[in-house]
Amino acid sequence: MTDATANQGPDGLLLATDGTPLKAKLRQSMKASRRRAFGLVLPLLLFVLASFVIPIIMLLWTGVSNDTYAANMPRSAPLMRAWDGSSQPTEAMAEAMVLDMIDARKAKTIGKVASRVNREQSGTRSLYTKSARRAAKMEPPFLDALVKADKDWADIETWRATKIAATSLTPAYYAAALDYKYTADGEFVEQDEVRQIHVQLFWKTIWVSGAVMLFCLLLGYPVAYLLSHLPAKKANLLMILVLLPFWTSLLVRTTAWIAMLQSQGVLNDIFVWLGITGDEQRFSLIYNMTGTLIAMTHILLPFMILPIYSVMRAIPPSHVRAAKSLGATNWTAFWRVYFPATIPGIGAGGLLVFILSIGYYITPALVGGQDGQLISNFIAYHMQRSLNWSLAAALGGILLAIVLVLYWLYDRIVGIDNMKLG
Amino acid sequence: MTESVTERPFVHFDGVQKSYDGETLVVKDLNLEIAPGEFVTMLGPSGSGKTTCLMMLAGFEAATSGEIYLKGEPINNVPPHKRNIGMVFQNYALFPHMTVAENLAFPLQVRKMRRKDVKDKVARALGMVQMDEFGSRKPAQLSGGQQQRVALARALVFEPQLILMDEPLGALDKQLREHMQYEIKHIHEQLGVTVVYVTHDQSEALTMSDRIAVFDDGVIQQLAPPAELYERPENAFVAQFIGENNRLPGKVTAIENGVARVALDNGPEVLALAINCGEVGNRTVLSIRPERVQVNHVTDANRLDGHVQELIYLGDHIRCRMQVCGNDDFIVKVPNSPEHAMLREGETCTVGWNTEDCRALDLAHGAM
Amino acid sequence: MRGRTGLTLPERRGAIPFNVQGELPAWYDGGKRIFLHFKIEKEKPGEDLMTLKTLIGAASALAMMTGTAFADAKMDAKKALEQAKAAVEQAMAALEASDTMSGGASYEFPNLDGDQVTVVSWGGAYTKSQVEAYHKPFIAGTGAKVVSEDYNGGLAEIKAQVEAGNVTWDIVDVELSDAVRACDEGLAEEIDMSSLPDGADGTPAADDFIAGTLDVPCAVPTIVWSTIFAYDSEKTDRTPTTIANFFDLEKFPGKRGMRKSPKANLEMALMADGVGAGEVYDVLSTDEGVDRAFAMLDKIKDDVVWWEAGAQPPQLLADGEVEMTTAYNGRIFNAVAAEDKPFEIVWDGQVWDLDLWIIPKGAKNKDAAMEFLKYSTSTQALADQASWISYGPTRQSSAPLVANYATKPDLKMGPQMPTAPQNFGNALQNDFEFWADNQDELNERFNAWLAN
Repeated sequence: MTDATANQGPDGLLLATDGTPLKAKLRQSMKASRRRAFGLVLPLLLFVLASFVIPIIMLLWTGVSNDTYAANMPRSAPLMRAWDGSSQPTEAMAEAMVLDMIDARKAKTIGKVASRVNREQSGTRSLYTKSARRAAKMEPPFLDALVKADKDWADIETWRATKIAATSLTPAYYAAALDYKYTADGEFVEQDEVRQIHVQLFWKTIWVSGAVMLFCLLLGYPVAYLLSHLPAKKANLLMILVLLPFWTSLLVRTTAWIAMLQSQGVLNDIFVWLGITGDEQRFSLIYNMTGTLIAMTHILLPFMILPIYSVMRAIPPSHVRAAKSLGATNWTAFWRVYFPATIPGIGAGGLLVFILSIGYYITPALVGGQDGQLISNFIAYHMQRSLNWSLAAALGGILLAIVLVLYWLYDRIVGIDNMKLG
Repeated sequence: MTESVTERPFVHFDGVQKSYDGETLVVKDLNLEIAPGEFVTMLGPSGSGKTTCLMMLAGFEAATSGEIYLKGEPINNVPPHKRNIGMVFQNYALFPHMTVAENLAFPLQVRKMRRKDVKDKVARALGMVQMDEFGSRKPAQLSGGQQQRVALARALVFEPQLILMDEPLGALDKQLREHMQYEIKHIHEQLGVTVVYVTHDQSEALTMSDRIAVFDDGVIQQLAPPAELYERPENAFVAQFIGENNRLPGKVTAIENGVARVALDNGPEVLALAINCGEVGNRTVLSIRPERVQVNHVTDANRLDGHVQELIYLGDHIRCRMQVCGNDDFIVKVPNSPEHAMLREGETCTVGWNTEDCRALDLAHGAM
Repeated sequence: MRGRTGLTLPERRGAIPFNVQGELPAWYDGGKRIFLHFKIEKEKPGEDLMTLKTLIGAASALAMMTGTAFADAKMDAKKALEQAKAAVEQAMAALEASDTMSGGASYEFPNLDGDQVTVVSWGGAYTKSQVEAYHKPFIAGTGAKVVSEDYNGGLAEIKAQVEAGNVTWDIVDVELSDAVRACDEGLAEEIDMSSLPDGADGTPAADDFIAGTLDVPCAVPTIVWSTIFAYDSEKTDRTPTTIANFFDLEKFPGKRGMRKSPKANLEMALMADGVGAGEVYDVLSTDEGVDRAFAMLDKIKDDVVWWEAGAQPPQLLADGEVEMTTAYNGRIFNAVAAEDKPFEIVWDGQVWDLDLWIIPKGAKNKDAAMEFLKYSTSTQALADQASWISYGPTRQSSAPLVANYATKPDLKMGPQMPTAPQNFGNALQNDFEFWADNQDELNERFNAWLAN
């Protein structure tokens, strides 16, 4: 160790041969390789950022912000925001409203504005478009002119709805996504009971996803076991059968399910033939929850089988043999030795199936009848049909939060390192 | 087989055959008796059927025909977990999700032993393999040698009378392997259990075993204690497989009192023990160990010319490759001692052997 | 009978859009087209279909004029004569119908050689009807190229194209609600309605289109389609006749199919509850009215199978999954006409709606698209379209020209139309404005109702 002591600096640090501290030297020599490593992952990093992180941030942002009104009604918006929401609407507010309407009609944006306000109060869409059509001919006092055009302008609720729409940054969408209403006074009140739907659907979505996950596990585990223990040739054939649903178009699959499951379908015919049920009391296997579960389990099954299969393949057969040679019965060997070794696959498959089924909506809608409506249907509806992207974003944001919570729970219970996709 | 098993055999293979595909036999008519407390090694190249025999004994493979007896009881229909046989696997087969102590406790728990007894026995087994400190570790946190000891301890902890080992040291480096050989040997002596050991490493087999069964092509070629196997191989395969061996092909011209006269190809007539060479006129292969070859001081009538091709200095001896009777690969080990002559490359010398050191064997295996 | 002597083959014979089913178009003096249905017996495999058909077409047209069969080698002369006679009779009927009109100017094809129009529609049998009635004659008449694309409705794609400034769609078939919205949000070109051709009988376009359907300044309507309910006449001996029967489980037990949407369902529920078509939206504008509609739906809720895609209801009926189901009338017609299903439509309480053409703002081939729009909404084109699918033409002058089903010459299309007088008795037009104002609220309520 004489060398080491000779190379020791005054402060006790080890020195390299040129006299610089060894640690600094090491850092220096690492820098180049670190920079190169960073350069290698940079494209991926940028891709992930552009295709995943930024869209998610934008999604979350869209859920709390909507400037349709503020951007297209620039005179009216600040006045509406400043208004207290209870006093009589002023002439200034009305004037700004009318002038903005004239511009918005010219710019062809009045439709967007009207849709935005209509979300706060049904019926204001036609009120806005109609009034905008007449706005060019209106003369002061504008408040009276508006009321003359449509008596709904005399209703303070119209103005209150406008005030909410005029605020760009608002918790209203998240409130709506949780069946609450954000009022012009800044309060949250429960939505009318007949319109409360989202919370219930969130629960139903979680419930359905959990059930699908469970069924996939119960059906997929034995298949994965069989697959991993068959000779390669037979295993490949079986694997093709497992993957078949992936290669079939949604319509073909749906048609097949209908042919199988409907009350005059193959399955029911077999049940009747076997005498399990009478011809008059055929089972309802489709257009209800049963149909949803059957169809989703069918399509998601491969996502459960594949990770479990790949984990099972990696388990040496000697483990079970060892257990048996140590005196374990078949069941004990399976339960205490084989099964724990497959948990990483179960975890990965379970999480995969659960998260995928949370996002499924076309399949349940097609075969689920009135039970087939899940929260994703609403997100799609607001994205594609009502174009209420902010509400869609709020619903999506909550869904994302639910998934993250589940992920966290999974990490706490099973451990995230304990997950293997193959 | 010089030593006969006097007691009732502990393990008895009786005419056992095994086929996987119904067309070829992996194990052909196996008959083997193993005495209590004996350490028997099944040695052979891969595919020779030795592991299959072990698996049949353990119960993981069913014999296609024949019967296996354990302590006189037929066990063909006894499931593996009821055979009470300890087994050490090639890759240890420790359960990765259990700690070392849990691995050891497993066989005791499935036997419904009381918790306190389990604890005691696990501690004792760990002590036996000097792994007392490691009870709470997971297998992945241990080195190969340590995992090996745990696997051994686990196979022993429930006190089986028979231990099977399937190439247990195959994954270890040379030094550790040799160390573990002694350790296993000591544990065997200490506990007096019967061990059936499978390996393809002949030095491992020679070091540890009471008797070795040399397997080839699904058949036991020879079953004998290590010394006998080395000194007196019964056929060309065993001679070739165990230790180093010089082979000289020739033709039997006469057999007299167990001594054959063989006309070597490209050489003179020499004498050898007639072990497995058939009748006069048959082709045969002579087998001589390199250390039994005499150089220049030939004491018997068997004399040949040797041309020194290559010399390798190995400290205690010198390894010399010669050309003898057209065979370029004739190896001679010359002890590094004063009474032996120094050879030079290119030199021609006389080589020879005592008749009892040379064995005339069958051609079939000798041809390989 | 002035048409009879004028019946000649058109000049540009090679471009006659004969179609596979053996339909024979022929012109007469006024430049108007009529369809003569003609069945071709057999085609020699491998022979050029188009040539063969042109030959047969020419032969039969001659036969029509001379009254004798000019038979192709592959046709039995007697049979050809019979068919020619039938064709002539049919032509007479059509001509008689057109004789009652005043004989005004119709659409004249401009020369658009080298131009191209991308026409976007909903696909399936509906697009096929448009290809046959609009695209083919337009291509033949103008020399323009027509690219047909399918989409699934909604404004999302048009919006994306307009906002990106790269509009590849030139003319799009949209629903009324989307047309209004596209107009409000500046996604569609405004259309000069006075440039639309007069009706075949000389009525100006503004008066020819069904009242109120030309109100959207960016869109020209083409068809009237309708949500009706239907049943399988072979599977039941009970014959529902009114919308009230659909909601009556006591007299008409069995499952019901309904679209999983409040639209049309709420209206039908109110009509079944005795509200007149004229008052439906007034009633529905009140909370009590909505409650009343849901109360009607409550009666059958447990027995409803909900559908979403238009293809589902005929399937549900065919499979016996439901006793009766709401559906789009064209789908039921298609099942009856093309697949011989024994379905019956109940027109009472139908809710009808429009499909319209819009030209996206900044369309690349706006002028050619405009020509396409003009031709396809002319009296004859609309009438032709209606011979392929039972969606009614939006021009009143087209109604008398609606011929028989293209592939089944004995199936009259007129009575299949939502707008046929006997079907139109108790009919309600879907009120776009009402739904634009209330769909958020009613959708939520409907879904909450479904889930509970």
